[in-house]
Amino acid sequence: MYFSTDSKQIPKSKIPQGDLRDKWSNFKNQAKLISPNNRNKYHVIIVGTGLSGASAAASLAELGYNVSVFCFQDSPRRAHSVAAQGGVNAMKNYKNDGDSVHRMFYDTLKGGDFRAREANVFRLAECSASLIDQAVAQGVPFAREYSGYLSNRSFGGVQVSRTFYARGQTGQQLLLGTYQALMRQVKAKKITTYTRHEMLDLVLINGVAKGIIARNLDTGKITRHTANAVVLATGGFGKIYYLSTLAMGCNGSAIWRAHKKGAWMACPSWTQIHPTCLPQSGAYQSKLTLMSESLRNDGRIWVPLTRNDNRKPEDIPEEERDYYLEKKYPSYGNLAPRDIASRAAKERIDAGHGVGPLKNAVYLDFKDALANQGKATIAKKYGNLFDMYQKITGINAYNEPMKISPAAHFSMGGLWVDYELSTNIPGLFAIGEANFSDHGANRLGANSLLQACVDGYYILPQTLPHYLAQSGNPEAINKEDPAFIECEQQVTKQLEELGKINGSKTVDYFHRELGKILYDKCGLSRNEKGLIIAIEAIRNLKASFYNDLKIPSKINGINEELEKAGRVVDYLEIGELMCIDALSREESCGAHFRTEFQTNDGEAIRNDEEFKFISCWKKSDNVPLLIKEMLNFEFTKPTERSYK
Amino acid sequence: MDFKLKIWRQEQGSVKGKMMAYAVKDISPDMSFLEMLDQLNENLTLSGQSPISFDSDCREGICGQCGLFINGRAHGPRGHTSTCQLHMRSFQDGETIYIEPFRAGPFPIKKDLKVDRSALDEIIISGGYISVNTGQAPEANQTLISSDTVEAAFDAASCIGCGACVASCKNASASLFTAAKISHLAQLPQGELEHKKRTNDMVNKMDELGFGACSNTGACEIECPQGISISHIAFMNKSYLK
Ligand SMILES: Cc1cc2nc3c(=O)[nH]c(=O)nc-3n(C[C@H](O)[C@H](O)[C@H](O)COP(=O)(O)OP(=O)(O)OC[C@H]3O[C@@H](n4cnc5c(N)ncnc54)[C@H](O)[C@@H]3O)c2cc1C
Ligand code: SF4
Repeated sequence: MYFSTDSKQIPKSKIPQGDLRDKWSNFKNQAKLISPNNRNKYHVIIVGTGLSGASAAASLAELGYNVSVFCFQDSPRRAHSVAAQGGVNAMKNYKNDGDSVHRMFYDTLKGGDFRAREANVFRLAECSASLIDQAVAQGVPFAREYSGYLSNRSFGGVQVSRTFYARGQTGQQLLLGTYQALMRQVKAKKITTYTRHEMLDLVLINGVAKGIIARNLDTGKITRHTANAVVLATGGFGKIYYLSTLAMGCNGSAIWRAHKKGAWMACPSWTQIHPTCLPQSGAYQSKLTLMSESLRNDGRIWVPLTRNDNRKPEDIPEEERDYYLEKKYPSYGNLAPRDIASRAAKERIDAGHGVGPLKNAVYLDFKDALANQGKATIAKKYGNLFDMYQKITGINAYNEPMKISPAAHFSMGGLWVDYELSTNIPGLFAIGEANFSDHGANRLGANSLLQACVDGYYILPQTLPHYLAQSGNPEAINKEDPAFIECEQQVTKQLEELGKINGSKTVDYFHRELGKILYDKCGLSRNEKGLIIAIEAIRNLKASFYNDLKIPSKINGINEELEKAGRVVDYLEIGELMCIDALSREESCGAHFRTEFQTNDGEAIRNDEEFKFISCWKKSDNVPLLIKEMLNFEFTKPTERSYK
Repeated sequence: MDFKLKIWRQEQGSVKGKMMAYAVKDISPDMSFLEMLDQLNENLTLSGQSPISFDSDCREGICGQCGLFINGRAHGPRGHTSTCQLHMRSFQDGETIYIEPFRAGPFPIKKDLKVDRSALDEIIISGGYISVNTGQAPEANQTLISSDTVEAAFDAASCIGCGACVASCKNASASLFTAAKISHLAQLPQGELEHKKRTNDMVNKMDELGFGACSNTGACEIECPQGISISHIAFMNKSYLK
């Protein structure tokens, strides 16, 4: 067996009492407070300066807590959130098209295939409106109508327009807003920033999180940092697939090291494969570029009806084109949710209808939109995306259809957290993409920026103080505590050992190999046989990594290969758990498509009877332990997810 | 495609650096410039030499972390293109390419092509924000802003903080970076109240950090990957002198 199940342990989700609409207020009404003059006695470490980390840091500092933030980039402004393009969802009902908090809650829950907690998802929708107010007040230049009112568009998986956007650079603008709020608190001396610092381990004293060990990436110096609470806001680990839409440095190390110290990982195999990315064009590639999903508002997706059709797209007449999404899902058409759109593309590509030099893409065609709306309108909506497409591919998409392909994108899984965003380790919190929360088995477009911001601006600033207040007077934590010393020694030893292997392959070689295994066997579709092959292959790869890695051995000073090696060490272990997680879930739900569980026409078969739970993985000496958090659908009825 | 590369190598800021010659072969024209360097680095690592340090993260032209001086130009030969979005098809087969770090007094070299740009953060810390606490914001649609105003503010706000403006300026001025932020915030009603103080604080900070003054040569606008206009500098100067 690859895992065992612990059915006695029941995760405490700490969902507040009351009706769905009252739960968050009930929590706030009962939360313990710390008086303003005592807050500066507490120190909080936040790892990550993306939307979640920076917003949490700024908000806690405004309240009066002392905060240290860490990021591996040279400036907090460069966290990966900066790359998000399409938009952020919020329930404002500005369009009067029937949107409501409940509808947003329901869309999100259904989008996630009923594999998320109702209470969390409702709170996400409930807090969403304030985020837009906050961002506008900070100067985020969201798109406006000529009248001066905010504008909206729609995204995959919903039938209303609730997505706010700032050209194709929504993540950048939101992040700059929160980065500026962060910098304002640096000026006020409430926040200390540690840029170019990588957290390498979590330190527990008597089972409670009390600090971290970090490496200064410029000097190689290993340092100890103490705190009354630690927050991980380290983003997603989709880069585990090597080719992904994520930034080069994205990693799962911080959450994985916390997992090894006892924090549960939840549903690690739920990875969103995004349907609208640029296809791979060669083996040298370091990443795949995402084209915002908003393009699906006006672009029509098709492939040639005949297999291996080598004609140019303009030479293929209408009746020989297969608009497969519009045909299969008439009510959502090209706006079908990401998992469905990605799978449908892969299915067509695998069946021999793929286009482009490597036959690995489908067309995203603006011909009709250009004819109906004119080039100026399309350029206004998506101009920068068309420019980007041309820069990368050398092709002008106003003249011929774009070629797109699915790519690994977003981690729905992550550290398990309760309603208060606390992990099962007291004093350790996880926010944003680093936790598993709110998206279920599939994330709807534009909900992630929202979750990152809402976690950081509104939820953590209420729940973390509640924890601090409960844990009594702030105690001074000693950097010389044996727990810190021992942890530092272990971290140093590991780095030295990596440097000593002196084999014959680079870190990137191992990362690429791992990516291929995962993409092939634990990607868009999975099955038992493939997953078992993958687990064995990853174990072999891990063994050869420790024999055959070659990196420059100096651990002082700047050493990017050493940084990457540390991340790949963790990826090899996370990859194995991803496959085990996928193996244990004998159903298809959202991004998790087990080929054994599908209908005759290829739709997912979910199994609520047996799998209506969040998988929480606990590290143990032998095989990983599966602990189930059962999901209770008190206010909704899980239905079959149909977008037809 | 094959290329000869001349790359600046410098172990750390405190030691002397020099140009070193390398060769790369079988480069696909579709490779990005950084992927070409990745390939060189894999070869260097395998042959026991130390790989070349350079910065990059998103590789989508938006994080502003990359930035190399290529053949004497910040971010290379293509206009409005960051280094990570530059592809080898922009070069001639067999060409010799010169690669150096962004050079400026306030951007000390860390190693090889990596420089310390934290001075740009210092400028923002001095006042590049709107002072609003979390949870106090009024309903967003109560502040009406015309579409044109938002678009104009956006043009300034899209600065990626790469520092190409500083590196391409003969005075190592950070005027374009600073002016872009000032102009972004001042054009919006939310940012207007603090405008005067913000401008003074940021401009003074820029001087204090050792960035040069702007002498209007316009190199920054030409090399800026985001195409940010130098008219923002005029706006900043006007506000500062008021
Ligand atoms: C190309 C792209 C486009 C997207 N578009 C959209 C969109 O349109 N709408 C939407 O809602 N979502 C979108 N997303 C998803 C969304 O951007 C992310 O989920 C979200 O920004 C994550 O924010 P975060 O704060 O959790 O993490 P991030 O922004 O990833 O920040 C992680 C932070 O952690 C730090 N860090 C990580 N590990 C360590 C460590 N060990 N030590 C120290 N620091 C560490 C990093 O330095 C960084 O500061 C997109 C994602 C991508 C990749
Ligand atoms: S103004 Fe342009 S060149 Fe200067 S930092 Fe910003 S993006 Fe880079």
